[in-house]
Amino acid sequence: MSAVMGWVRMPFERIGTSVIGFFTEAGEVAILAGQAAMWAVRPPYRIKNLFAQADFVGVGSLFIVLLTGLFTGLVFALQSSFAFAKFNAESLVGATVVIALCRELAPVLTGLMVAGRAGSAIATELGTMRVTEQIDALEALAVSPVQYLVVPRVLALIFTMPLLCMLFDYLGFLGAFIVSVYQAGINEGTFMGRIHRLVTLSDLVGGLFKASVFGAVIGLVGCHKGMRASGGSKGVGMAATSTVVTCSVSILIVDYFLTTFLIMIGFG
Amino acid sequence: MSEEPAIRVVDLYKSFGEKPVLKGVNIDFPKGTTTVILGGSGSGKSVLMKHLIGLLKPTSGKIIVEGQDLSELSNSALNTFRMRFGMVFQWAALFDSMTVGENVAFPLHEHRKDMTEAQIAQAVHDKLSMFGIGGTEKMFPADLSGGMRKRVGLARAIVLGPRIVLYDEPTTGLDPITTNYVDEMILQAKTSLGVTSVVISHDIGSAFNVADYIAFLYDGEIVAYGPPETVRASKHEFVAKFLSTWFKKN
Repeated sequence: MSAVMGWVRMPFERIGTSVIGFFTEAGEVAILAGQAAMWAVRPPYRIKNLFAQADFVGVGSLFIVLLTGLFTGLVFALQSSFAFAKFNAESLVGATVVIALCRELAPVLTGLMVAGRAGSAIATELGTMRVTEQIDALEALAVSPVQYLVVPRVLALIFTMPLLCMLFDYLGFLGAFIVSVYQAGINEGTFMGRIHRLVTLSDLVGGLFKASVFGAVIGLVGCHKGMRASGGSKGVGMAATSTVVTCSVSILIVDYFLTTFLIMIGFG
Repeated sequence: MSEEPAIRVVDLYKSFGEKPVLKGVNIDFPKGTTTVILGGSGSGKSVLMKHLIGLLKPTSGKIIVEGQDLSELSNSALNTFRMRFGMVFQWAALFDSMTVGENVAFPLHEHRKDMTEAQIAQAVHDKLSMFGIGGTEKMFPADLSGGMRKRVGLARAIVLGPRIVLYDEPTTGLDPITTNYVDEMILQAKTSLGVTSVVISHDIGSAFNVADYIAFLYDGEIVAYGPPETVRASKHEFVAKFLSTWFKKN
């Protein structure tokens, strides 16, 4: 009888453990966010660290983001022109692609790319510092690891993600233009005219705001996972992997709620 | 002894989850002396040391440093309070992205805004020279031997002039000659700087070289305490067995 009860209970226990684990971690990330906000406004302001991180996150991610942007625009325009041709609406390809890029694809795909590159690197770097006691050494030297390590990384991501997103938008637009005009034969004037008429500034601004929020998510999750790493090189590797998975899932979940919020406040 | 100790540990309990690590530790660290905390692996030595500097918070009990109960300090006050300490980590914990010079200069850049770059460079050179590694400023930690890394770690720990220096397993992984050198370094730091030293170790020979007092930590409790000869005469079964492994050989 007890064996049967065990079998019945097991899936519920597993679900319960996962849910508790998720909320515990979300709570820890929220606490880290609060601490980072508190330390960000207290001197000394680590401008040099901030620029070094912005260089790593922004300039370092530039190539992969530009490449993703260009090919997203190319393929999305190709698929759209194929689909829209079925009901003679090819003239809408440009506007459709640009709206989708600005509002959704650019912030989300930039977030996923940066999570894979910078998020995992942050977790690895801080995880290595944790397991080699360098973070303890910072504390022992009366320096807050949150202020020294977390704040510059999170701020760098918050500031550089919209810039990367904007470049993604531009390269995506360029890709769409090339395919639509030179491959699908859509008139250049029609392509641009529809974009002028249908795409609004709020489409772009909403996307950039999303990118900034995703930057904060990547920075906080990466720093949290890294600073909690334990168990030597294996633990550091697990922190990096876990960061990419958690950031990717979080970006997709946060995206839904952000989109709902933006539509509610008139960015829809 | 009527003088207030540099550090007083009162009824310190620490558990990680369900697992108790420290089970009511009571110990004083007298000012200007070197106390070695001896114990086997997993006895809670490093956990005790991290409590002394406030890197871990007790489950219950108090850590009183120079009359100040650490539990009464806010996080930022504790951060400032830590400037009274220098800590030498087991594997030195040097910042691997910085050169040796930058590592030693780091606390000065952070906390001595009144110093010029030239003064900082001079202070770094003086501290490194004090431990016989002057001229290594431009090297990276990865280029140094274990003993040199420990010396850089100590130079970084004392560059702000702390009143208390904590050493976490300072001789682990070192050959006998380098171990002897590190022992001399600890004695030199005590005599020339007048600091209170707390050394965590399982190296019996090194402990008896540098200690004014030895505390033996076993299963989360202090089971023997006193000057080295007192601890050597301890009747506690594990202490006697632990010490005999070294004294029988030497």
